[in-house]
Amino acid sequence: MNAPSNLPANRVYNYAYLDEQTKRMIRRSILKAIAIPGYQVPFGSREMPVPYGWGTGGIQVTASIIGPDDVYKCIDQGADDTTNAVSIRRFFARVADVATTEQTEEATIIQTRHRIPEAPLQEGQIMVYQVPQPEPLRGLEPRETETRAMHAYEEYGLQYLSLYESVAAYGRIAGGAGYPVLVDERYLMSPSPIPKFDNPKLHQSEALHLFGAGREKRIYAVPPHTDVRSLDFEDYPFEIQSWDEVCALCNCDSSYKDEVILDDDGNRMFVCSDSAYCGERRKQGHSGPLAGHALDQLDQPEDAE
Amino acid sequence: MSMITPIERDEQLLVVEGLDKSFGPIGACRDVSFELRRGEILGIVGESGSGKTTLLRCISGQLEPTGGQVLFNSRRHGMHDIFALSEQDRRRIAREEWGYVHQNPRDGLRMRVSGGANVAEPLMMNGRRHYGEMREQSLNWFERVELDLGRIDNKPRTFSGGMQQRLQIARNLIHNPSLVFMDEPTGGLDVSVQARLLDLMRVLVREMGLAAIIVTHDIGVARLLADRLLVMKSGFVVEQGLTDQVLDDPQHGYTQLLVSSVLQI
Amino acid sequence: MAYVSVKGGERAISNAHAWLDEARRGDTNVPELGVAQIREQLSLAVDRVMMEGSCYDPDLAALAIKQARGDVTEAIFLLRAYRTTLSRFGASEPINTTKMSVARRVSAAFKDIPGGQILGPTFDYTHRLIDFGLSDDKTVPAAPLGDTPVAEHIPAIASVFAHEALLEPAPTDADDGAEPYDLTRQPMAFPAGRDQRLQALARGDEGFLLSLAYASQRGWGNTHPLCGEIRMGEVAVEFTPEELGFPIEVGEITVTECQMISNFEGSAESPPQFTRGYGLTFGHNERKAMSMAIVDRALRHAEVGEAGVHAVQDEEFVLYHSDNVEASGFVQHLKLPHYVDFQAELQFVRRLKKEWEEARANSDTSEFAEAAE
Repeated sequence: MNAPSNLPANRVYNYAYLDEQTKRMIRRSILKAIAIPGYQVPFGSREMPVPYGWGTGGIQVTASIIGPDDVYKCIDQGADDTTNAVSIRRFFARVADVATTEQTEEATIIQTRHRIPEAPLQEGQIMVYQVPQPEPLRGLEPRETETRAMHAYEEYGLQYLSLYESVAAYGRIAGGAGYPVLVDERYLMSPSPIPKFDNPKLHQSEALHLFGAGREKRIYAVPPHTDVRSLDFEDYPFEIQSWDEVCALCNCDSSYKDEVILDDDGNRMFVCSDSAYCGERRKQGHSGPLAGHALDQLDQPEDAE
Repeated sequence: MSMITPIERDEQLLVVEGLDKSFGPIGACRDVSFELRRGEILGIVGESGSGKTTLLRCISGQLEPTGGQVLFNSRRHGMHDIFALSEQDRRRIAREEWGYVHQNPRDGLRMRVSGGANVAEPLMMNGRRHYGEMREQSLNWFERVELDLGRIDNKPRTFSGGMQQRLQIARNLIHNPSLVFMDEPTGGLDVSVQARLLDLMRVLVREMGLAAIIVTHDIGVARLLADRLLVMKSGFVVEQGLTDQVLDDPQHGYTQLLVSSVLQI
Repeated sequence: MAYVSVKGGERAISNAHAWLDEARRGDTNVPELGVAQIREQLSLAVDRVMMEGSCYDPDLAALAIKQARGDVTEAIFLLRAYRTTLSRFGASEPINTTKMSVARRVSAAFKDIPGGQILGPTFDYTHRLIDFGLSDDKTVPAAPLGDTPVAEHIPAIASVFAHEALLEPAPTDADDGAEPYDLTRQPMAFPAGRDQRLQALARGDEGFLLSLAYASQRGWGNTHPLCGEIRMGEVAVEFTPEELGFPIEVGEITVTECQMISNFEGSAESPPQFTRGYGLTFGHNERKAMSMAIVDRALRHAEVGEAGVHAVQDEEFVLYHSDNVEASGFVQHLKLPHYVDFQAELQFVRRLKKEWEEARANSDTSEFAEAAE
């Protein structure tokens, strides 16, 4: 695009937007978060040029760790071309002069809202999550002073209480996204609103996972090779979502699906929520029942200008 | 009619030594000392403002005394001043070994979750993770406190005051505590409901061999439940001893007044 | 096909923003609004944007209002996002409002007070009748000057009470040389100190504070406030550069200050006396300063030994929810796609519905079977 670049010659803002002092402060918070997996580190979140709730935490984390040699991928709902992901990717392409990609394998930093990519993450990759509400207990206890005490004293009975109520009411544990996990058998953590389908990808992951909540001013982390357990009961074990339908475009039967409404008569199709993964499969020749649908073209990466 | 049963194990469970608690210049508890043995039921009587609820809040770890010690014989720490322990350890003792029955069930229940969840919560707080087992135990406790099993998934607000109090009692006994604090447990109830609840509490506490400390202004409640009595006035303990002894032969003028005022009704 | 347009893209965003620019300009036959016009003629909007944007710069605030198409909350957001990129030299000396060049000063507590009552440029006592004459350009005659100049130092309301010790002494924060709490650099922490509370309230949304103050007046907070004093005017801002070691004046700002007075019955430690709430804003904004002072007092309930049962007395509730940039962002983030979480919910509800229908069908047949027997 024609956005003015932020190269040293005509840089209006500091590299990656934040000033170096702020980046150092955030890096210290990140290091503390890595040292205490799952613990929410309060940090001096800055006012960003995007609204709170729209990724300010993730953006600050990325801005603090990004360098010119990084390759940056940004997804929202699994897709690289959702509007807010486009907006954030453009921001970093402009202020951090960084290469961007849609390929999970190529990326060194993957910023995300609500999904973990389908392709397995590798050593050296960093996932950066945008977090609307870092406190998993907030829905059960509105007071920060109380929830901090619960974490400090490892009193998580309240969370189990909500699981109990759910089984009593629905015969199973409810909660499809933002499903709480116990990190390293110590801290209760919200994995951000990713579907519980993605929770197992956090367990003993090769990658580093950093979570930034700008409005709530908290950073937390899951380091590589850390135990991450989704809460459950012995007799109601944790389970993830599955679909009867395959991806209409690439025929994948194991991915998380988006439901796309086709018309007003209730016709719908299911497609991979991870657009890059789906595109790659199609390139490899996989073809679903609705291959050739208009959405097929829309999903292809835009040609570089 | 007194209910003194021989105390089988005379091991000390709680020792309070010279406890003071003041709010600014006002002394709410002054130099209170007493002991409690396992399985023993202690009644704290006195009129409102005598300091008995403050005393209960101090010995249950909710209010830090201004002076003195509260020694509790816990499974993890043995006989230890609870205020010398970390807050984490103190909260753990409260979670594992204590119950606290509030006068108003709304203060002791979670009104937003079902009756069953309220009863099962202490089990989850203490690390139990099997839904079916906890469900069964909740049902069992619903039965023991004579609540309708069919209402286990209903919210507490749909229960009557007496039912809510039964719910609170079940919730405070399910995890097998060694000591239960009760603050006017029958205070807000109708007389007929009170009598049945008292009877139920008497049976449960004896069956389980619990120690209990019951704060009440009602001499009748004290007589029915307590092995020993502590009479408080203006923050001081003015008299203590076996319930029958204190009530049948009160020594202190204030106790005499308390007892006579009951007899006159 | 319109359904899949959520899979938007860069072009859609660029086009949307071009449209926004066009909409902002409006009819090009109407002359464009100048930033100086906004600064001079919409000055109260400028004041509010400077205050809640935490940046005293009338030109920048006016520009933000222009860019935001007059949406004050959006303009506050723009100013804040700019402010955060500015380098800091340090904290100024505390401003001294008793040395204010007063343009307005009123007290509701006494008929006359040392320094006098000065109405100044106020909407009070205007009849709220639309002035149709304003739709045409016309020159406004200069306001008449008073016979005697306003006193240079006007004592604060506290001095009136000084002899009788009927007003609690101003809280004096220990001058330990520590920088005041800065919410733009530190996260909210509880219990909040006075500096943190006042900063949060000063940056807080005017409408939110107004409603809280109003609620407390109506009984949801029980503060029984009385306006001890409002003053508005210019004060000097001084800064002590490290290399000089003494304060120098770096400029003047206009502020509105409100001292709210509430009854207090006394406690074991304190005699019966009046207690204070404090409000301060940039520019001229009495509604905000008064609301702030009432809320400040309500939040001090524990200090004076009152029970805090209402929302306005709950510092976690008030301080966490007073910031309109945070609130606006989070409420409006619901516009962002949530179809991954929604798909999870859909699955769950569909499954429950299916089970419910099956259970119902089964019970229907069993009832039917019983009836047949």
